[in-house]
Amino acid sequence: MLERRAGIAAPASEPVAAPAAAPPDGDWTFKARRWIERVLPMDHLLPRRQPYYVGSWVYVFGVVTIAALVWVIVSGVVLSFMGPQWWHVSSLGRFINSLHFWSVQLFFVFMVLHLWGQYFMAGWRDGRAATWMIGVVIFATSILTAFTGYLSQQNFDSQFIAISAKDAMNSTGAGAFFDVLNFGQMYGLHVMLLPIGITFLVVVHIVMVRSRGVVKPIGSEGSPVS
Amino acid sequence: MSRLGQRMTQDEYYRGVRMVPYDLLKELTIALVGIAALTLGLAAAFSSPDVAPITIATWAQADPVDFVTTATGELAGTTTSAGYGAPYNSGGGEQSWGPIAPQKWFGQRIPVDSANAFVLQPLAYASVGNADLGKALGVWKAAGADQQTKWLTTYKDALGKATVTDGKVTVATGDYGPLTTMMNGLLGVAQSGGLDGLLLSNGRFYQTDYTQGLLFIGDSGYLAGLATAANLSGSQWGMMNETGQYPGQSWLWLYTMWYQVWPFTSSTGFLGLSAHNADLGVVFLMSVLTVALALVPFIPGLRDIPRWLPIHRMIWRRYYTPTKNAAART
Amino acid sequence: MDSAAHYFDWGFIHISYPNLLLIGLMIVLFAVALVAPFPHGTDRDA
Repeated sequence: MLERRAGIAAPASEPVAAPAAAPPDGDWTFKARRWIERVLPMDHLLPRRQPYYVGSWVYVFGVVTIAALVWVIVSGVVLSFMGPQWWHVSSLGRFINSLHFWSVQLFFVFMVLHLWGQYFMAGWRDGRAATWMIGVVIFATSILTAFTGYLSQQNFDSQFIAISAKDAMNSTGAGAFFDVLNFGQMYGLHVMLLPIGITFLVVVHIVMVRSRGVVKPIGSEGSPVS
Repeated sequence: MSRLGQRMTQDEYYRGVRMVPYDLLKELTIALVGIAALTLGLAAAFSSPDVAPITIATWAQADPVDFVTTATGELAGTTTSAGYGAPYNSGGGEQSWGPIAPQKWFGQRIPVDSANAFVLQPLAYASVGNADLGKALGVWKAAGADQQTKWLTTYKDALGKATVTDGKVTVATGDYGPLTTMMNGLLGVAQSGGLDGLLLSNGRFYQTDYTQGLLFIGDSGYLAGLATAANLSGSQWGMMNETGQYPGQSWLWLYTMWYQVWPFTSSTGFLGLSAHNADLGVVFLMSVLTVALALVPFIPGLRDIPRWLPIHRMIWRRYYTPTKNAAART
Repeated sequence: MDSAAHYFDWGFIHISYPNLLLIGLMIVLFAVALVAPFPHGTDRDA
């Protein structure tokens, strides 16, 4: 191909390669590709259609929660780039911290509204129990992530939260390994480990939702809906 | 052809269901822009809370009597941190629920000796070049435990009526041994900021662990007073509150609620749960409730409530009460 | 915004007005989402 583009003819003496034989079907890569194509084909990952009964604003709470999470992460990345002291000494830093603070509030508001919506829709039906359970795990992990964030503020609030929360941690034995008074540990958990965890869980949650599609209305489970 | 839990593909699941056009990426983009606008607006209008942290220096300057009282308590082993137990020391204050005492299981993994760390070692540093302080420390170390306890008890009682004169804590005349010299010496170190540095650095240069300083500050009445004024303390639903006029961690409402109700407010309690092991009890209770929330799909009754309430009929009104036009189309 | 918030007390409930407002807004938002009409522009078959 390269030779043709450069206007150079291939040497006449070079033999044309025989087409490669298709690899045997048993190889792992092929099996993985087939599994992905079965579980989440592009038409379901990025659908262009949805069931007609998806006609309520309650359905937007999930995507709005994701949007809030995106801004939490973006503002958090800026804060972590500039270091934990920056927002106390810079007005721009304080503004970025405010973006982080309010996007976190919005994240929890819409996540809880999404939870209420999914509960009243009994969204776990028709094989979607795992999706629901991952959602609860995301909720709990988010609370833990926010908690480490509050501990990382390096102000009066973080001092008192640390001093109070240590009792709950210590009472369960967790405090021996998870020292809320140790800023370095809490900060590291907050800016790296827990965001990675949440992102992974959210991706799994979205893949599960897209893979199964939106659940049918209550009373129409399993049967074709007209 | 996505597979569902019941081995049904999406095509099979939606067989007969009328599908309508839908732009997922446009929806995501609108959500991103909308939330960005909302976040920017809130941040510009309200900023975010940032009440400056207290230091041991500001504490010692603002309330010298409280500082000296706390330091005396550390020496006497009567403060919260001194009697805490695991993971800090063998003070014996661990929470337990019958035989369940996980606080004790892992030992003293974060050793903190309150008397030495907060009082005696800083005084040893401060006594370099200060003969009087050095002598007082010597007298203290040479005295037996009984004598020390006598001095501490007498001094602690006297501190109840202490005053501040020329930056020093003054008490009525009494037999306190070297304690007045020691405590005023420590007060000087604290007010200059030296104690903040000592408790953080611990002889090292780089540090990110504030355990010692926070434990010491946590023992004070000063911090408790500031926290109560800000409605942050445990008995004020404090976990969900924020400094200033900002919303707090309102998602913690159920967690903090238990600390306001029986049996966790009672000293006698119920089934072994009381104010004495409230932290352990509330963590246990909230863990059970969180697991229950995750298992809602499998819990009879709880999983049926959505069926009984008419809320889903409003969400899916296109399905339950199709309009004349929709009916004509099917 | 840094001055102390005011609190609403009812029985054992003790909640700051900012938190109360936020939770109230959530309930209102959910109720509005339930009843607000959803765009019918996509009603043609896909």
